[in-house]
Amino acid sequence: MSSAIGSPIDRVDGPQKVTGAARYTAEIVLPHMTYAAVVAATVASGRVAVIDTGRARGAEGVLAILTHEDLPKLAEPHLLPSLAGAAAPGQSFFPMQKDVVHYAGQPVALVVADSHERAQYAASLVEVTYERAPSITTIDEGRDAAYEAERLFGGLLPARDERGDVDTAMAEAEVRVDVAYRFAANHHNAIEPAATTAVWDDGRLTIYDSTQGIRASQLTVAQLLGMPLSDVRVITHFVGGGFGSKAMVWPHVTLAALAARHVGRPVKLSLTRQQMFTSAGHREEQEQQLAIGATRDGRLTAMHHEKLSITSPFDDWAEPATGVSSQLYACPNYRGEHRLVRGNTMTPTFTRGPGEAVGVFVLETAMDELAHELGIDPLELRVRNHAAVDGHGNPWSSDGLEECLRHGAELFGWAGRNPVPRSRRDGDWLIGTGMAAAAYPVPLFMPTQRARARLYADGSAVVQAGTQEFGTGVLTAMTQVAADGLGLPLGSVRFEAGDTDLPNVSSAVGSAGAGMISAAVHAAATALRDQLVATAVADADSPLHGADPATIEVREGRITQREYPGVGETYGELMQRNRLADAEAPGSWTPPPLDTPHGLLTFGAQFAEVAVDPEIGLVRARRMVGVFAPGRVLNPKTARSQLVGGMLWGLGQALLEGNRMDPRHGRWGATSLGEYLVPVNADAPEVTVDFVELTDTVVNPLGVKGVGEIGQVGVAAAIGNAVFHATGRRVRELPMAAELVMD
Amino acid sequence: MRPLSYRRAAEIGEAVATVSTEPTSAFLAGGTTEVDLVRLGVARHDLLVDINDLPLADIENLPGGGLRIGALARMNDVARAAQVVEMYPGIAQALLLGASEQLRNMATMGGNLCQRVRCAYFRDNVSPCNKREPGTGCSALDGQNRGHAILGTSEHCIATHPSDVAVALVAFDAVVHTIGPSGARIIPIENFYLLPGRTPHIEHPLEHGELIVAIEVPPLPVARGSLYLKFRDRQSYEFALVSVLSALLVQDGRITEVRLALGGVGTTPWRARRAEAQLVGAPATAGSFAAAAAAELDAAVLHEHNAFKQELAQRAIVRGLDQAMVSAVHGGAR
Amino acid sequence: MPAWAVQLIAHHVRPKIMHNDQFVATAPPDRPPLTSGPSSLPVALTVNGSTHVVDLEPRVSLLDALREHLDLTGSKKGCDQGTCGACTVWVDGRRVLACLSLAVTCEGRSVTTIEGLAAGEELHPMQRAFIECDAFQCGYCTAGQIMSAVALLEEGNATTDAEIAESMSGNICRCAAYPNIRAAIREVRDAGEGGHRATA
Ligand SMILES: Cc1cc2nc3c(=O)[nH]c(=O)nc-3n(C[C@H](O)[C@H](O)[C@H](O)COP(=O)(O)OP(=O)(O)OC[C@H]3O[C@@H](n4cnc5c(N)ncnc54)[C@H](O)[C@@H]3O)c2cc1C
Ligand code: SF4
Ligand code: FES
Ligand code: FES
Repeated sequence: MSSAIGSPIDRVDGPQKVTGAARYTAEIVLPHMTYAAVVAATVASGRVAVIDTGRARGAEGVLAILTHEDLPKLAEPHLLPSLAGAAAPGQSFFPMQKDVVHYAGQPVALVVADSHERAQYAASLVEVTYERAPSITTIDEGRDAAYEAERLFGGLLPARDERGDVDTAMAEAEVRVDVAYRFAANHHNAIEPAATTAVWDDGRLTIYDSTQGIRASQLTVAQLLGMPLSDVRVITHFVGGGFGSKAMVWPHVTLAALAARHVGRPVKLSLTRQQMFTSAGHREEQEQQLAIGATRDGRLTAMHHEKLSITSPFDDWAEPATGVSSQLYACPNYRGEHRLVRGNTMTPTFTRGPGEAVGVFVLETAMDELAHELGIDPLELRVRNHAAVDGHGNPWSSDGLEECLRHGAELFGWAGRNPVPRSRRDGDWLIGTGMAAAAYPVPLFMPTQRARARLYADGSAVVQAGTQEFGTGVLTAMTQVAADGLGLPLGSVRFEAGDTDLPNVSSAVGSAGAGMISAAVHAAATALRDQLVATAVADADSPLHGADPATIEVREGRITQREYPGVGETYGELMQRNRLADAEAPGSWTPPPLDTPHGLLTFGAQFAEVAVDPEIGLVRARRMVGVFAPGRVLNPKTARSQLVGGMLWGLGQALLEGNRMDPRHGRWGATSLGEYLVPVNADAPEVTVDFVELTDTVVNPLGVKGVGEIGQVGVAAAIGNAVFHATGRRVRELPMAAELVMD
Repeated sequence: MRPLSYRRAAEIGEAVATVSTEPTSAFLAGGTTEVDLVRLGVARHDLLVDINDLPLADIENLPGGGLRIGALARMNDVARAAQVVEMYPGIAQALLLGASEQLRNMATMGGNLCQRVRCAYFRDNVSPCNKREPGTGCSALDGQNRGHAILGTSEHCIATHPSDVAVALVAFDAVVHTIGPSGARIIPIENFYLLPGRTPHIEHPLEHGELIVAIEVPPLPVARGSLYLKFRDRQSYEFALVSVLSALLVQDGRITEVRLALGGVGTTPWRARRAEAQLVGAPATAGSFAAAAAAELDAAVLHEHNAFKQELAQRAIVRGLDQAMVSAVHGGAR
Repeated sequence: MPAWAVQLIAHHVRPKIMHNDQFVATAPPDRPPLTSGPSSLPVALTVNGSTHVVDLEPRVSLLDALREHLDLTGSKKGCDQGTCGACTVWVDGRRVLACLSLAVTCEGRSVTTIEGLAAGEELHPMQRAFIECDAFQCGYCTAGQIMSAVALLEEGNATTDAEIAESMSGNICRCAAYPNIRAAIREVRDAGEGGHRATA
């Protein structure tokens, strides 16, 4: 009886967003507001020898300057992904506790003033003298000291994954491909720079934060400040994009709280665009190598996938690269390994498609090479090798890869493709097409998720959960879920979020948001419906008195016998008669155990056509097609948008986006949107997205696998494969800059 | 952002007098360079003299042919002016391929000529940079120099001149009209741009307080077939990796006149004089184009990450000349 | 009452739609020669048809004046460097970047922000089309996109998709709603509902 779920309704927050009425964090108005500005370290390693705040203190409007000398001591932060539902600092290091400097951009002082301009200016007057120590900021500098990591992702995942006898199988393989790739670092660059506004009232702290997880901000700040959770409230109305940069809780959030306590007034701390390159993590510089052994008829026999990347001085962080390569294809002998270099950067973090945006690029490029080598159609090679079970022999919770590949091929017009490289030309441009399979793990390591539903006697409802809207369309999708669960028309339901005073849900990261929040919202809404149905059947005055609740349904706010729709009454009638001004029910969902006997991947297929100017080295995407099997689609309109966005992120990853450290100074080369190139409108071709809808009864009650990451995964490979098809050239580095593509 | 004083000038004389007597002052036109750099702390001006009310926004035909473009004419207005499109399509194209609609609505022609380099070390306000802090060294020489110049460089600075329209203006021998504390001057545009040499902080010969009032482009039949090609990583809203202004006059298959200039590869908007010299009189063929391109780029000084531009620029020149053949002004029997 | 609150109220009781021809009519050049700063001075800003006098230091950008002093937070700050377009507003009817404009230079000019686009409750056709086409996700670039899109139709350079894409490339959308943004612009263009004109 889903009527709202699955319909492409417009975003409920659309009117607010198109009129400018939607308030983002830096736009919260509080009386006596003050403004904070961060002074960031300009060296990558060493210590603050002297910090002279004299001139800054003398500047007009300055209220306070905090440095390591006067910042209160905090509890030790321990990195843990926010989805786990505990304190989630982005790194196991908090700046300004001592004089040590571990990375350029690390906060060394915080200036509070009575206006934005004055705070920024005074920050520029703080004079810091550093004692510089040697630094390592690139893989090349630290290569000799690389070590094998034990666990990744804040300890959540093992760094090594092995089955069978890879070395023997590889040696005996009839065909081998062995590819090595280099990847420049990536920065999220959500268009809203991170901001936090903090205000204290009677020992209690309220934080307005631009975050992907209000709960994570609450847990983290409370832990660092040693406060009870009940005294820390986090509010977020709208967030201007996250993409992973707001998934963890970075030092500026707690710094804003400390500054507000210090000056006794609300403090607004907005990071500058430049500071965003050193304040909210990044996708680390990395290298990956993948060797595949196969039979002549295209069956994989051995795979060896290695990653080397650079992390911070304090955390073993690497995006896991092997979550898909270890299980997408049936291959008896597999080894995945992660090696790390310790460097002077902040701890890298989730960046859209964490791990697999890069890991699958490598996998799907190697598969393309193998297909080319064997003379097998790339799509057929995927179908032939797709595993029926995961790496542990468990069946998929739901699959759909082959359907995605076949449907995508049809939409794209893949059939009849001439596989010969450099076989199509259009004026100065060589034309090529490429494809890739896509897959992304469905995470289950979140704690119990909760929501609450309240129905008023007038038939309108408010459903609440402590999540936040950062573009995913969660407000809209959850309104749909709640309406269906309650049996109400959409217009009668308001979904409320953005406040930690609401029931707990985890951070919306790793594409987990829609699945876990819908599970809790569905539970609350149906619990409330069931509660009122129970009231009706127990009520002697109800037309439904004595009926079996299993025979009852609620539609459009009317409770009826399914078989006899004429028999029934409205929620309102029932509630008024029973003197219920409102009714309320909590709902919760506890995810399946981590050892659920199922393979958990979301699948998809990516196709791209590119034009390459081989003389100049420019690559332009002409069209892209993606087909995905994300379980149930709550709202195809917003889901499609998210997938299109993900696919265009893949385009950026393939062709434009990269940042490199200048090892001499230990600073990023690009620190603005003029230097770090993200796609603009003219880079974005028309994008076709379609779904293969599948029922998944394992991942969560509504069978939602999520669309946040899968759109991006595989795109870069499809584009790279298309570039090869166009030019006959494999570019072994992302982004594929002109100098690498030119003949 | 440092504290700023502001003065809105009503007359040219007042603007010139104010800036020339205040050592840390500057003119404020569209502000797209100035406000950005003051906010970054790279420009250390204390007083901005707003020149937007001065009557310098007109685009007029000159009596003997040619065009006078007021210093305050906005990039978008110049790009879409009928005379410019007709007589100097390369100028219009160069303008429209620069920045974004919003920026072009703000940015003025005078400001465009004076825009500062986009070298990240110059802009970060921290790294050693001879242009920002003379004598501190050049971080780009051994640093991230993909965007940097290969022509006109020195051991002291290799920053690329970022302007697109200036490339077209140098090709067309435009002249810059100024009024300064010591009177009016006319500066040929090629003399307006100074090579970095030992003094990369001095980019043009303007005295402090000398105001650009107009740019004049001489009558130039060859310019009617001019073309501006701009190559960049992103399809739009980015400075050039390399750009080419090309214009040809072809008579009986031979080149009788040519204008060729490069952007994205020079420390100044680069007039390709060597190539031009080779091309005049040569047959209008791919072979002559390639040879001329090679001659021009022979002088390139390469660094670690920008070495590819030597080849890239040659190919761009050939492409530009090739395409300019289509729109070239032809004479005689073809 | 703090200054921002007074202005907030002033703004809310006088919502006005600016038609393009009004810009000319209601914006007499009121820009007397003036020397000021570095401390604050009263600056008269005409925004969405209402004139506000605000104490501003000359260094305050139009964007910060709108957001921090007039509580018009619809215009967004994505970079403060001219590289993203989130701050796009119209000054005298032309789309410009508020982050690179000093507020004081806008005296005597007519500023229109996203808050001035709808005719009261009635959304501008472009705003409706953005909702229908799902031309945004997080919404942070959206005000800038819409101010640019409406101006683009007014400028008359939206005949082809390639033109639209090029002319909208000064507005970065990191959510990458680009194809939907183009669809919204096409929709309004094809309906002939045009540029600056609101529905009133
Ligand atoms: C994100 C971004 C992208 C850009 N992309 C491009 C591009 O692709 N191609 C391109 O060519 N440009 C590009 N630009 C640069 C832009 O074109 C210049 O910033 C602009 O032309 C400067 O003009 P303005 O009127 O804004 O100058 P202002 O910023 O007002 O002034 C710049 C400098 O010139 C001085 N000045 C201004 N007018 C005069 C005058 N009449 N006489 C003497 N001195 C004067 C000022 O004192 C100041 O020092 C880009 C800029 C940005 C911010
Ligand atoms: S290239 Fe020029 S601007 Fe860049 S760092 Fe060197 S001296 Fe400075
Ligand atoms: S905030 Fe003005 S362009 Fe980004
Ligand atoms: S909608 Fe998020 S940046 Fe455009």
